[in-house]
Amino acid sequence: MHPAFSVIFLTTFIGVGQGLFLALFTGQSYAAAQFLPAQDSSGFYAVGSLIALTFLVAGLVASFFHLGHPERAWRTATMWRTSWLSREVIILPLVMLFVFIYGVMHYMGWDAVIATTETGVTFHASLLIGALGALSVFVLFLCTGMIYAVIKFLQEWANPLTVINYCLLGTASGFTLATAFSHVAAPDLTRFYGIWAIIITLAAFLTRSASLIRNSRLKYKSTIQSAIGVRHNQVVQIAQGSMGGSFNTREYFHGKTALFLQSIKWIFMVLVFVVPVVLLMAGIGNNNIIVLSAAFIIQYIGLLFERWLFFAQSRHPQNIYYQTV
Amino acid sequence: MTQLALVIDLNVCVGCHACVTSCKEWNTSGPAGFMSDDNPYGKEPTGTFFNRVQTYEVGLFPNTETIHFPKSCLHCEDPPCVPVCPTGASYKRASDGIVLVDYDKCIGCKYCSWACPYGAREFDEHQKVMKKCTLCVDRIYDTALPESERKPACVMACPTSARLFGDVHDPESNVSVAIREQGGYALMPEWGTNPANHYLPRRKTRMHIHEDELLRSDNPLKKEQRKPSGPVTEPTLDDSTSW
Repeated sequence: MHPAFSVIFLTTFIGVGQGLFLALFTGQSYAAAQFLPAQDSSGFYAVGSLIALTFLVAGLVASFFHLGHPERAWRTATMWRTSWLSREVIILPLVMLFVFIYGVMHYMGWDAVIATTETGVTFHASLLIGALGALSVFVLFLCTGMIYAVIKFLQEWANPLTVINYCLLGTASGFTLATAFSHVAAPDLTRFYGIWAIIITLAAFLTRSASLIRNSRLKYKSTIQSAIGVRHNQVVQIAQGSMGGSFNTREYFHGKTALFLQSIKWIFMVLVFVVPVVLLMAGIGNNNIIVLSAAFIIQYIGLLFERWLFFAQSRHPQNIYYQTV
Repeated sequence: MTQLALVIDLNVCVGCHACVTSCKEWNTSGPAGFMSDDNPYGKEPTGTFFNRVQTYEVGLFPNTETIHFPKSCLHCEDPPCVPVCPTGASYKRASDGIVLVDYDKCIGCKYCSWACPYGAREFDEHQKVMKKCTLCVDRIYDTALPESERKPACVMACPTSARLFGDVHDPESNVSVAIREQGGYALMPEWGTNPANHYLPRRKTRMHIHEDELLRSDNPLKKEQRKPSGPVTEPTLDDSTSW
């Protein structure tokens, strides 16, 4: 496939936003259960929600660049019964809404205690909204992943690992951002977020590596023989029905060498997993904002490479009909 | 239920591209608007087509065979491109099984084209919508046309009648008979898309000439029990005379 930068930015931006919101909610849950010290509502949760919302909006804006007719985008909410893309379009604004409400509740202090346990643990209304938001974040990860995993003949994508990777990579980048952000707004939580960011990054390393290994061993079901229905071992395409290329040659071929793809793979493996984990460890130890910020920025850049390869690596069976490219 | 489809005889197709040009001519002039081209006379011409003819060479030289392979939307009975469409612009008509795109609803996200294993859909770079073969839906029901012309433009244009058009759900239709009797097959059956369009395979056509036929068994001399003479070695009148 030919990677579209609009989709690369969409999926990476909303991944950060979703992950950051999960981090905020996790922090508040731990604080509610008195595992962590409580944080300043407006300084930490409200500003954090604003940052998460910014990433989600940035992703939404990026997605519009992918559309031929963005003015008709409202129609995409209609086919949620069958289309994961439609479901994503519905759930993304819902996530934004929950993040917005969550942030406003914290900013304005509209945070009534709705329940108290005998041990003195209090449940705030914002925690309920946060739980709903976290749930919708996971549904959004599911929708994003399923958009790709549901196309069964794109065999690199048609696998549960696609959904798991979207979830873990997005969450990892969000937690890394939360680590850097908490250093400024809630220094008590930096260590907590940093350790979780390392754990989730390592988990994402395992699942993304698994998908890379799986993809390298794929046996493609479609062949030139099944594509044109001629049972002969020697079939060579001579003409593909167009001279200067077509949509089929532009949309499905990245036009890069295997070596280029290999190098992108190693670049993202280093930038997404190795460098951020090292920087997070160093940043937590030294309590250094520059190191922690660098961890997030490098991981995000690495995710751009990762997403590029995600698209470039999948081989569409229609390419069999366009072998002379 | 009706399922209109094309049956393409690869044994007959000569790769003349008449179906391609006829399709483009009809559909670019149609009510749905033009099918845009870029650099039509330039160095790298490109444009939107519903139908293309590709060419394959099968076998090792000198035992090769050239196969011309017309390729368009197969109007799958279980089209993977339809359920993925977020707007409902991509749909399959229940009445005749044609898979269509509503150009007024399409947002141009290209997701349907990703979901088509055959690469049958092409994005129009100027109208910014996804396009594909309509089986000339604006032709086949046009009562202003004589009944014999209510067929897709490609079928009308084919000089060798390599393209058949009909209802594959009607077991007695010309297309069903052709599929049944001439080994019609579907493309990429491994994905369960159940394409409505079928292809008829290449067949070896060999002529067997018996000596008797060379001697013209219907020669009137034979009827009169006077057998004609066999082939002669010296030049005959046919060899030397220009008629």
